[in-house]
Amino acid sequence: MKVLVPVKRVIDFNVKVRVKPDGSGVDTANVKMSMNPFDGIAVEEAVRLKEKSIATEIVAITCGITACQETLRTALALGADRAILIETGVDLQPLAVAKLLKAIVGRESPQLVILGKQAIDDDANQVGQMLAALLGWPQATFASKVDIADGRATVKREIDGGLETVEMNLPAVITTDLRLNEPRYATLPNIMKAKKKPLEVIKPDALGVDVTPRLATLKVVEPPKRKGGGKVADVKELVSKLRNEAKVI
Amino acid sequence: MSILVIAEHDHRALKSATLNTVAAAQKIGGDIHVLVAGHGASDAAQAASKLAGVAKVLHADAPQLGSQTAENVAGLVTPLAGAYTHILLPATGFGKNIAPRIAALLDVAQISDIIDVVSPDTFVRPIYAGNAFATVQSKDGKKVITVRTTGFDAAAATGGTAPIESLATPADAGMAQVTGQDLTQSDRPELTSARVIISGGRGMQKGENFKMLEALADKLNAAIGASRAAVDAGYVPSDYQVGQTGKIVAPDLYIAVGISGAIQHLAGMKDSKVIVAINKDAEAPIFQIADYGLVGDLFEIIPALTAELG
Ligand SMILES: Cc1cc2nc3c(=O)[nH]c(=O)nc-3n(C[C@H](O)[C@H](O)[C@H](O)COP(=O)(O)OP(=O)(O)OC[C@H]3O[C@@H](n4cnc5c(N)ncnc54)[C@H](O)[C@@H]3O)c2cc1C
Repeated sequence: MKVLVPVKRVIDFNVKVRVKPDGSGVDTANVKMSMNPFDGIAVEEAVRLKEKSIATEIVAITCGITACQETLRTALALGADRAILIETGVDLQPLAVAKLLKAIVGRESPQLVILGKQAIDDDANQVGQMLAALLGWPQATFASKVDIADGRATVKREIDGGLETVEMNLPAVITTDLRLNEPRYATLPNIMKAKKKPLEVIKPDALGVDVTPRLATLKVVEPPKRKGGGKVADVKELVSKLRNEAKVI
Repeated sequence: MSILVIAEHDHRALKSATLNTVAAAQKIGGDIHVLVAGHGASDAAQAASKLAGVAKVLHADAPQLGSQTAENVAGLVTPLAGAYTHILLPATGFGKNIAPRIAALLDVAQISDIIDVVSPDTFVRPIYAGNAFATVQSKDGKKVITVRTTGFDAAAATGGTAPIESLATPADAGMAQVTGQDLTQSDRPELTSARVIISGGRGMQKGENFKMLEALADKLNAAIGASRAAVDAGYVPSDYQVGQTGKIVAPDLYIAVGISGAIQHLAGMKDSKVIVAINKDAEAPIFQIADYGLVGDLFEIIPALTAELG
């Protein structure tokens, strides 16, 4: 079974982002970039499926600028067999990404697409569901456990009230939640090996996909600052302040 | 304008998130219809018909809507979409699962997690864990939107007398079956609608110690939440997680206990009206956003606080 793992290059989760003074977006110059953490979990799950001999080939894919090749190399170092970059400088929105991925699914015919539930930059939480819709495939979002057997996937999903078990026939789309696994670190030998693994570059035009943005970002601003930093000396003072000053208890 | 709100409900009652979503629809303006898709869900449809400002309730009832899978709900909604300019769902686990499936079938962009309506085609949404607010304009004829519940005060649950129209339900898409649910049992208020929330972090040290927070929560009629670290460590179930990738909450009072205040956690609770932080590390970032910080050992402070509240 072939597994396709879409990954995204995002500002590292440890970086405190800064809004640009002209309101056009956030500053990405000289900022540490990494693989979206949820996608790291997706790569790890695919690698585990391969270690269990359920997956036979793992194809990592991303859409974006040339520098996204670094993210693909990370996926290759973690265990993907080959990689595809759909190269474009256009500001790609989730629907466009889903359409690009659909075109690649058409070429690659994977049985499973596994990707992060959301990217921590735009926090959109859309691509997996959109891809499943475009393909007419079932979806299991927010996965915290995945079992694949006999052409079927059994997925435990994190829902608002607890957990839910979903069963579906493959091919299918799964999006990962935090508790699915703990991704491994790439070892130095694997990072070296990854440099030699195949990485194909394709342009959106070659796939016949229109990636024109549908949403225009008019401005990006800093959220209102919260005035915090107040301290109380002890429990008595806390209770008195909550009762008489904040009046919330 | 005509807006379709897809209700989140448990077949008997509406979830509070539906009320916030209707409020966002009111801010957009226009005729508001509410879709209740479920199985044996006439009580929920009745409740929807009483919501203030709702013109019509569409009620689809069928066994295959019992588990409200994205495949079946999207299959139901997409053919209805022609009549609407906007389709709104709450930005909860329910809405996030379904909305993008509808948007893709309609070939429109989705605007996730709106916190404000600027005009019928322009919305404000947080990005980067709420560290920036983007104002985005949709160029699509139809808008599929998820609504961050904390951005809109709930619409009134009573006052409306909307007619209820029964809808035919398409056949089961037969793609995914829900075969089990393991719901967290609790008599406490729901995290996303509680007036008071007490959240524990890694500082709690073990699940057993959450009993201390329960005793405090009893006094305040509070819900219990947690940081990712506490969930990952198995102290509490995953649906307790508050944050960028967990639940977004904005209660009147949020008490963070043994939580350091990572941006991903703050993203889920920094719009709370009053924030109390209890942490033994005076430098913990949580204190920078807390109205009332108390530096000290939670294992002494929590029992003392519970006792003080008598
Ligand atoms: C992709 C991604 C998504 C994430 N999403 C979320 C999310 O949605 N929600 C979330 O919460 N996190 C999220 N995180 C994790 C986040 O970055 C932090 O790791 C996490 O919030 C830390 O939890 P914590 O504050 O409980 O633990 P820690 O940071 O370890 O803090 C524990 C605190 O307890 C205090 N403490 C210890 N003992 C005591 C005591 N006896 N008395 C008083 N204080 C004590 C310590 O001083 C410390 O400040 C995410 C991370 C990533 C990468």
